Amino acid sequence: MELTRRRTLALGAAALTVTLLPIPASAAVDAQELVERYTGGVNPGEGPLQLTAPAVAENGSAVAIEVACPGARSIRILAPANPTPDVCAVHFGPLAGEERLSTRIRMADTMDLIALAEMDDGSFVQATARVSVTVGGCR
Amino acid sequence: MEKIDARPRVRVPRTAAPDEVVQIRTMATHPMENGHRLDRDGSTVPRHIIHRFTCTFNGETVIDMEVGPSVSANPFIEFDARVPESGTFAFAWHDDNGDVYEATADITVS
Repeated sequence: MELTRRRTLALGAAALTVTLLPIPASAAVDAQELVERYTGGVNPGEGPLQLTAPAVAENGSAVAIEVACPGARSIRILAPANPTPDVCAVHFGPLAGEERLSTRIRMADTMDLIALAEMDDGSFVQATARVSVTVGGCR
Repeated sequence: MEKIDARPRVRVPRTAAPDEVVQIRTMATHPMENGHRLDRDGSTVPRHIIHRFTCTFNGETVIDMEVGPSVSANPFIEFDARVPESGTFAFAWHDDNGDVYEATADITVS
């Protein structure tokens, strides 16, 4: 095959597409699949769920986060880019004063952290927070 | 799996008003080995974590938590509880090795 200027450009463009496309696309699909695994395919709505996390976490082995959602039955925390994305799930009993949890989690990389609350009426509410991780904490 | 001296710690107020919401902080000493780490020889260190944490007050549930390997070592858990009467909080950390680490804390309502 002759290496013309046109062919070289086309090849470069193709290579660039292959390099750039799949990563963000597949990550987005994974996050959605992850959420749907718990909602039974329903798209979660918006509600009083608050996810508090630092915008920048220097040490991915201990990132302090907090979730709160009045009227939630349970809240699940998902870190889609972690080797084990299911971080934890807290179920609130009759004596939970406020539906709130604060803990420290591992984050492998920069990602959109997800909190998914199941409300008392069975509906789902989702919140996300972008956390930039300087040094990953899963190895 | 090896035994771990988890030394569970809890911080609970000593007194409260009826139906007051109090803040509870807990921590246990645990490596939370996530099963992805490699040791010096390049072989995987097997998973060994606390996989469940519960808190009850006079036998009624405050929180029941599924804990995964993405929770940090020495898991720190903070939450709120409503205190209807004087009584005892009971805390339990469930280890993969079958051990359950327990702690209690009394609170007086007046």
